[in-house]
Amino acid sequence: MIRVVHYLNQFFGQIGGEDKADTKPLVREGVVGPGMAFKMALKGQAEIVATVICGDSYFNENIEKAKADIIAMVKKYNPDLFIAGPAFNAGRYGVACGAIAKAVKEGLGIPVVTGMYIENPGADMFRKDIYIVSTKNNAAGMRNAVPVMAKLALKLAKGEEIGSPDEEGYIERGIRRNYFSEERGSMRAVNMLVKKLKGEEFTTEYPMPTFDRVDPNPPVDDMAHAVVALVTSGGIVPKGNPDRIESSSASKFGKYCIKGKLDLTEKEFQTAHGGYDPVYANSDADRVLPVDAMRELEREGVIGKLYDYYYATVGNGTSVANAKKYGAAIASELKDAGVDAVILTST
Amino acid sequence: MRLEIGNIFIKDVEFGPETKVKEGVLYVNKQELMSFIGGDERLKSINIDIAKPGEETRILPVKDVIEPRVKVEGSGGIFPGFISKVDMVGQGRTNVLKGAAVVTTGKIVGFQEGIIDMSGEGAKYTPFSKTFNIVISCEPQDGVKQHEHEEAVRMVGFKAAAFLGMAGKDVKPDEVKVFETLPLGEQVKKYPALPKVVYIYMLQSQGLLHDTYVYGVDAKKILPTFVYPTEVFDGAIVSGNCVSACDKNPTYVHQNHPIIEDLYSKDGKDYNFLGCIITNENVYLADKERSSNYTAKLAEFIGADAAIVSEEGFGNPDADLVMNCNKLEAKGIKTVLVTDEYAGRDGSSQSLADSTSKGDAVVTAGNANELVNLPPMKKVIGYPEVANVIAGGFSGALHDDGSITAELQVITGSTSEVGFDNLSAKGF
Repeated sequence: MIRVVHYLNQFFGQIGGEDKADTKPLVREGVVGPGMAFKMALKGQAEIVATVICGDSYFNENIEKAKADIIAMVKKYNPDLFIAGPAFNAGRYGVACGAIAKAVKEGLGIPVVTGMYIENPGADMFRKDIYIVSTKNNAAGMRNAVPVMAKLALKLAKGEEIGSPDEEGYIERGIRRNYFSEERGSMRAVNMLVKKLKGEEFTTEYPMPTFDRVDPNPPVDDMAHAVVALVTSGGIVPKGNPDRIESSSASKFGKYCIKGKLDLTEKEFQTAHGGYDPVYANSDADRVLPVDAMRELEREGVIGKLYDYYYATVGNGTSVANAKKYGAAIASELKDAGVDAVILTST
Repeated sequence: MRLEIGNIFIKDVEFGPETKVKEGVLYVNKQELMSFIGGDERLKSINIDIAKPGEETRILPVKDVIEPRVKVEGSGGIFPGFISKVDMVGQGRTNVLKGAAVVTTGKIVGFQEGIIDMSGEGAKYTPFSKTFNIVISCEPQDGVKQHEHEEAVRMVGFKAAAFLGMAGKDVKPDEVKVFETLPLGEQVKKYPALPKVVYIYMLQSQGLLHDTYVYGVDAKKILPTFVYPTEVFDGAIVSGNCVSACDKNPTYVHQNHPIIEDLYSKDGKDYNFLGCIITNENVYLADKERSSNYTAKLAEFIGADAAIVSEEGFGNPDADLVMNCNKLEAKGIKTVLVTDEYAGRDGSSQSLADSTSKGDAVVTAGNANELVNLPPMKKVIGYPEVANVIAGGFSGALHDDGSITAELQVITGSTSEVGFDNLSAKGF
C-alpha cells in the first residue's frame, strides 16, 4: 500500500477561519476534511496515514521554520507520496502548498502533488518545480479536483510516465519536451497559415513569452505644486465597506473622499482585503494607505496637494484582465481631475 | 516558371566499373568520381565510402549533404555560380537521384559540424539515415586556413553531386512532379479570390563560416530579393556554413525545400502562392534593421496577405525572426514563424533569445538542447573524438565504448527550421 501524507491549512484542516491562521503545524493521524474525498479517489491503492495542518499566516510568516518542522513531521510517517491542498484561489494557502510540496520533494525525495487555480500566486511560483493540478477558483471545485490529483499522484508514486498537461490536468510546468509529430514541420506551418488566414482557431506550438511592460513616466518636474493621489489594491474602505468590494476576486473598485482627513482612524476606515491578516490595517489604515504621511509632506510643501479622493480595490485573487480594466478606468478619472502623480500601494 | 522534377528512385548504391543508374541502383566508378572532384591543391587526400540505411555506421563531422541532380531541359545548370554558369535556373526539367545523397566529411573545419548515424537512436533524428550516402572524406593540407578548407570541401560536395546527377540524365524518371509559378501579375490574376501568400526565406549569413550562397553570391551581401520557388530546386541557393548541425539547412534541404513544396501543395486551393523573398541574418544591427525593413516592404510591394517566415540558426538570428515578424504584422501581413528551441537540457529555460507578442503562430522543430544517447557503431567514417568539441557535444560526450551522449544539436538536420522533419516540442 502506498503511504500518503496530506497537507491542509487551518480552514480545510477544520481548526478554524482567519482567526486561526496563526496555527502552528500539527499532525492528525489518518484523514481530515478533504482527505475523505482523496481516500475514495485513491481507490484502495494508497492510504492517507497522516494529515499535517498549518495556519496560512504562520506558514507564510515563518516559512523556513514551518518547512523544517513539517518535513520532520512528514518524515516520521515514512510516506511514499505527499499531497497538498487543493488551495483553489487562496493565495497564502497556495504559496504554502507549493512551498511545502517542493520542500518535501527535495528533502524526502518522494513524489508530490498539489492543486490550485491557475491565477493563484503559488501556481506561478511553483509550477516549474512540482505538479500542480489546475482547479477552479473556489472550493466548489473540490469534487472535480480530487480525482484528477489522486490519479496523477498514483501515477507519480508508481513511477509511471506522466502525459502532457492536457492529458493529466496539471498546470503547464514550462518544460519543453520533444516528440515526433505526425506531420512534418513545413506542412504544420502551411496548415497553421491556412487557419490563420481563414480566421479559424489555431494553436501555436511555442507560446512566445509576453510581458505587459509599462514604460515609466518621466519624473514630475515640480513636486511642490503637484497634485498627488493615493491608489491602493490593499482594500482600504470606509468602515462598513459601503460598496461591498469583495474580499477576493474584486469585481469593482471604490472612490472615497479624504478631504480634510489628517489620519485614517479605526473608527472610520477598515480593509476589505481577505488575503492578509487584517488586524494591523484595521487598527490603522494609514499602514496601507498613508494619508497621514502625505499630509505631512503637504504641510512641508514637498507636494502641492493630496488629491481629495483615493481609489481602492482588493488585489487578492483579482484576475489580470480585471486589474488592468480597473487601472485604466482609475487612471482616466485621475487624469480628468488634473492629478499630476499617483502613489500606488499594495499589500 | 515551370519546372518538372523527375524523380529516379534509388534503392541501392554500389561501386562499379561504370557510373550509371540501372534498375534503381546507382553504380559509382570510384576513379571517375575521384578525378572529377579531385585536384584542389588545398586538399591532401580524398576518400570515398558508401553508407546505407540500417548499417551500423556513423559519419562525423558532417559538413554538408547534397542531392545529385541534373538539368535535362531548360536554361542553366545545377548549382549556378559554382558548378554551372550563372544563367537563371528553375524551369524545364530536372532529374533527381531520389534516395541518394553526397555527404562531405573529414577533419573538422569549425566547431559546428554534425553527426549522421545510419541506424540506432540517432538515425531517428536525421533525414540522412534514410538516404544511400556517398560519403566523401576530405583532408586539408597542413596550414590551410579554415575558410579555405571549408570552401574546398564545399566545392568537392557540389562537384560530386553534379557528377553523380549526370548518371540520371537519360534515365526515365519513376515519377514526375510539376511546379509552376507565373510572373507576378499573372499569378495574382490566376486565383484572384484567394489570399496571397509569400514565403520569407531567411538565409544563414552570420559570417565566419556561417554563410549561404545565392547564385554564387554570399548572402551577407544581398539585399532581400525575390526568387521563383523553383529556382531553389536547381541549386540556386547552397549551404556554405559550419553552423550548428541540427538547424542549418544543408544544401540537400535547400534543393528539397519542404516549405516551398508544401506551399505548392495547396496553391490554388487555400491561397495563391506568389513566391519567395530571400533575406539574410547579418550580425550588425543596421543590417538587421535594413533587411527586415526591406523584407516587409517587398512583401507589401507584391501585395502579400500572409507569410511563412523561417529562421536558420538560433540566438542572434532570433532577433531577425522577431523583426521580420513585427514588421510584416505591422503592415497587416499575417505570419507563421518556423524555428527551433534552445530550452536547456531539462527543457525549462526560455527557448528563444528574442520574443514578440505578434508571434502568435509558431511552428517549432524541437528543443535542440535535449540529450540523446547514441550507441556504439561498428564503423565510423571520420573522427569520433570531435563529439567532444562540436556544438552540442561536450568533454566526455564520447564514451570509451564508442557511444556518445550529447545534445540533439549534434545531429545533422535534427531540428530543421524549414520543417524538413517531424520533430517538435510541447510544453509539459
